[in-house]
Amino acid sequence: MSLELTATIDNRDLDISFSVADGETLAILGPNGAGKSSALGVIAGIVHPDSGRASLDGETLFDLPAEWRPAHARGTALMAQDPLLFPHLTVLDNVGFGPRSLGKSRRESRELARHWLAEVDASELAARKPSQLSGGQAQRIAVARALAAEPRLLLLDEPMAALDITVVPAMRQMLKRVLADRSAIIVTHDVLDAVLLADRVVVMESGRIVEEGATKEVLARPRSQFGAGIAGLNLMRGLAAGGAVRTPSGTTIEGLSEPPIADDEPAVAVFNPSSVAVYLTRPVGSPRNAFATKVLELEPHGSQVRVRTEELSADVTVPVVAELDLMPGKEIFLVVKASEVAIYPA
Amino acid sequence: MSATTSVGIPRWIYVPAAVGALFIVLPLVALASRVEWSHFFSLITSDSSVAALKLSLRTSALSTLLCILFGVPMAIVLARTSFRGQSILRSLVLLPLVLPPVVGGIALLYTFGRKGLLGHTLDVLGIQIAFSTTAVVLAQAFVAMPFMVVSLEGTLRAAGQRYEVVAATLGARPTTVLRRVTLPLVLPGLAAGAILAFARSLGEFGATITFAGSLQGVTRTLPLEIYLQREGDPNAAVALSLVLVVVAVLVIGLVRRPRGGQL
Repeated sequence: MSLELTATIDNRDLDISFSVADGETLAILGPNGAGKSSALGVIAGIVHPDSGRASLDGETLFDLPAEWRPAHARGTALMAQDPLLFPHLTVLDNVGFGPRSLGKSRRESRELARHWLAEVDASELAARKPSQLSGGQAQRIAVARALAAEPRLLLLDEPMAALDITVVPAMRQMLKRVLADRSAIIVTHDVLDAVLLADRVVVMESGRIVEEGATKEVLARPRSQFGAGIAGLNLMRGLAAGGAVRTPSGTTIEGLSEPPIADDEPAVAVFNPSSVAVYLTRPVGSPRNAFATKVLELEPHGSQVRVRTEELSADVTVPVVAELDLMPGKEIFLVVKASEVAIYPA
Repeated sequence: MSATTSVGIPRWIYVPAAVGALFIVLPLVALASRVEWSHFFSLITSDSSVAALKLSLRTSALSTLLCILFGVPMAIVLARTSFRGQSILRSLVLLPLVLPPVVGGIALLYTFGRKGLLGHTLDVLGIQIAFSTTAVVLAQAFVAMPFMVVSLEGTLRAAGQRYEVVAATLGARPTTVLRRVTLPLVLPGLAAGAILAFARSLGEFGATITFAGSLQGVTRTLPLEIYLQREGDPNAAVALSLVLVVVAVLVIGLVRRPRGGQL
């Protein structure tokens, strides 16, 4: 189900144009107020743009000023930061709301609801009222409810922003599973969501698209300010091995993984360049990760200097650069504490 | 509700507050003190009293139904749309709240009465409204409608549209959204509005006597009966007044409960 969108909203200074291919998950990244949620609203049919057109799978969603298809007839389920489960319905009837609205019988709707509840590992919550759920449970149900409506395009607006940080990894895993092979757009400010969930990234700033491309490329070679801010995050992909990640080149990196990952499952280790220290000799003791490598280049990064190597980068202060006499080609050790490394299933 | 934090209020304010409370409570005590308890039951079960009570309950129930049928859609239109002249329309709809009921009665008479705006049309159709039980219901609905609209519009605005938006993106048509999301969510406001409208209908006097007259069993509701009895049989008037007080207390209790003590 592919989407084509062009839209402008004058009073919000929004002017965007992008597309989503069939089965693709697109992440929209950008600072607060960039217009990310407005973009989703325009697609869902709850924000009226001043001009533009959109089509989903060749069917026109709107073509202003002539055509405007109402939200309920678009097949674009929208899920927000706040789960917004209907408080007067049980979990099962919340999930069954979409099928019921599409004309399915009560029994059929409940059957579908049970299926989608199982899909998000929440079958045991079926009889509860929304007020009896934790934030993480409610958001799971909201995902199931959106999926049960069988949307042609699933719209997720910061689905994990309001969640307790301890339940985010599990939620991200679940989303990864249900988003596979599904056309979806996820608005997020967390680069990890983009890395783990999205095939392609659009970066928005002040109502405009400033970057667009495959996730890996945008994050590896950012051209926009926001892109640069979120990029440079150190990512090492490989297979899980005893709670650590072993890369194809044989390097092992220790970190914290939540939830635990079975050995030989694909995994990714993520850490910030600012938690990486640079040494000239291999440090001894303490549970640290140390990588022998060579300086590729040095570049200013705010008040610090970013030391780039083949795979990883580190942010250090100017005195450190002078003291260690860092320059391209110099042999160094990059060191990062295991507690600073987050390991996720990939 | 959580514990309230407070910086305290000036002590002297309790004095005028107590005077105000007494002003309301004392007349009720005075009324209760004048009831002849030995004859109370026979007084309120006399033929004319029972007829008036039955008529009051029946007409108030019908007028509440009218308020629901037309007041609920009105509240939804006022709360969920915006159009030119909306604030003027809202003010007009709420006018019966502040209008003297007798003025409302005269206005109704010149609308539905024989020589009224619609009177001739209705006459041709063989319908006569003025001085009938239908007139009682219309008079009550006229004064009670704003209670339903105000109560429900406030609840609708407070509830917001977020759930309705979610429902629409899940594929629910506007009618489905109204039936399965909006109305269930504002049910407490709707119930409060209906109860207030019922209470206002039960107490209606001015518009009723002007537009419907005072015919036993046809248009003489309980307030009219009380007013009439006051001349001939003050004891019966007092006893019936107490009945209305008890009904009013019950109604207030009903309204307060679903809203968690906030009226």
